[in-house]
Amino acid sequence: MADLAARPPLLRVARSRLRLRPGRAGAVVAGLILLVAIVGSLLAPLLWPLDQSAVALDQTRMAPSWTHLAGTDDLGRDVAHRTVYGLRVSLLVGAVAALVATVLGGVVGGIAGTLGGRVDRILMRIVDTIAAMPHLLLGIFIVAMLRPSLGAVIASVGLTHWLSTARIVRSELLSLRTRPFIDAAISGGAGRFRVLTRHLLPHVLPRLALATTLMIPHAVWHETALSFLGLGLPPHLASLGNMINDGQGSLLTGAWWASLAPGAVIVVVTLAIAVLAARWRDRLDPRVRAELHL
Amino acid sequence: MTRSPRLAGAGAVVRRRLLVALPVLAATSVGMFALGAASPVDPAKQYAGAAAFTASEENLAQLRANWGVDDPLPVQYLRWIGNLVQGDLGWSTSRHEPVASVLAARAGWTLLLIGVALALVLIASLLLGALAAYRRGGLFDSALRAAAYAVQSMPVFWLGLAAIAVFALALGWMPAGGLTDVTATSTSWSDVAHHLILPVGVLAVSQAPWFVLFVRDAVAESMRDDHVLAARARGLPGRTVLFGHALRTALLPFLTLVGTHLPELVGGAVLVETVFSLPGLGAVTVAAALGSDFPLLAAITLITTAVVLAANLATDLAYAAADPRVRLDG
Repeated sequence: MADLAARPPLLRVARSRLRLRPGRAGAVVAGLILLVAIVGSLLAPLLWPLDQSAVALDQTRMAPSWTHLAGTDDLGRDVAHRTVYGLRVSLLVGAVAALVATVLGGVVGGIAGTLGGRVDRILMRIVDTIAAMPHLLLGIFIVAMLRPSLGAVIASVGLTHWLSTARIVRSELLSLRTRPFIDAAISGGAGRFRVLTRHLLPHVLPRLALATTLMIPHAVWHETALSFLGLGLPPHLASLGNMINDGQGSLLTGAWWASLAPGAVIVVVTLAIAVLAARWRDRLDPRVRAELHL
Repeated sequence: MTRSPRLAGAGAVVRRRLLVALPVLAATSVGMFALGAASPVDPAKQYAGAAAFTASEENLAQLRANWGVDDPLPVQYLRWIGNLVQGDLGWSTSRHEPVASVLAARAGWTLLLIGVALALVLIASLLLGALAAYRRGGLFDSALRAAAYAVQSMPVFWLGLAAIAVFALALGWMPAGGLTDVTATSTSWSDVAHHLILPVGVLAVSQAPWFVLFVRDAVAESMRDDHVLAARARGLPGRTVLFGHALRTALLPFLTLVGTHLPELVGGAVLVETVFSLPGLGAVTVAAALGSDFPLLAAITLITTAVVLAANLATDLAYAAADPRVRLDG
């Protein structure tokens, strides 16, 4: 233990904490971007209400300008305005779908990891086999059978993205089971349930939260891909995929900006999530330092 | 089956894999069928299209009776899966032709797209990943990793649109879509190749990050292996050490992982085909989904899965044949 007097003064600690080291600067920027994206999409209906079905046929395909920051589309709708709402829908779908996938994967991985043995082998073989299904095709199938809607898209993403979570939870549980503190708990008389809830879960939950966060970008891509194919949300609703799909037509008539903003928003937000998640993984597991430091 | 001692267990492995894969595929097909049965879409009305509004109820009932869609669900399922196993893939209700002939006409283009893109990705990722690993943390490494992460966060269809905007519309180097020139009266290979450059390139670029990052990490790891250090200590030139020693060690595990990444490639191909209006499986899949065409969608999904499983098995067997230390299990 270091001598208390040898501690650096509080001010210096604060300063060194605030100093932007490479890596930390990236994380701060990423955090700010995410904060703006989340708060903005939450508050959008209050600050900047949008009539989803409104069109302005006298202002079609206008290039970006100060009045229309990202230009207007084929129906004269402001691209920047709709992008905000598209992000709102995408983040909502992404977060809910990632949660569904986490619950599914957590349950399957949890059963495989705690029971082990034959159950584990069979479950993991099943996971491997399902992983061989192209998940976009499976997702398209699910949406096609349920008819395109918000619920169908969430089901489609949730049902196709739980495999990686199941693998993570399972391998984490298997490695925890061999650790001495578990043996100590068992020899101390703890039952199966107590070991699971008091000793295993607290170690698995941070991983699970990280896996969920990392899954949100995938869920957003999946949702936008379905919408882009015309199989996602209803076409008049502003969603990032719908907008990129609309922009495909505008592109051929020279209005390249119609799908630029929605696509750029996807890229920026998913990168921000990835940077933050990499930082978080460093904290969780300092031995394996993540390579992503932008 | 070969008598090579290295592949001694291969037959048993194939059998064991099938023992797992077949029940899972069967269970999946039941799940898909149940979802199809729960679908609110009336297949007869879907088939009739606009005519459904004027068709008499008797005609629609006749259609349903012909297809047996009013039979009990287990009967319907057994009939469907029985036909599937016997090679009869059913009748596509969205394209009004047998599923098998849809697949026969379309699958080739998708396979070509995926095959060429995969070959490009493999070559590029082995080369770039190895070079980045050679000077880990150097300028090239950092630039490559930043680019990989940036590309990784771009949806492939958006990348495709950007490529069209730049290379087809702004620069005019490439056609924006389709497989042949609008004015062409026959299909020539050079024309098709010219039309495929952009879609193949976009698919390859969008899939490359995962491969590049994997090769880079694997080679960086094997650069610290004893035999690589020994090669360096003997004074062998850097190129020989990198490609002859370090990359070689990293190569085998990489190749088996390629199989697990195939489903991503298939999904990417569907999107790229849609962006570039290519006549592959992607366009029919989307049309089938819009028309709730169960037979076609189910056949495409199940067959692709079977192909991916077979490819995974083949790469695992090849791995075991190439590396005597690997024991096949499962």
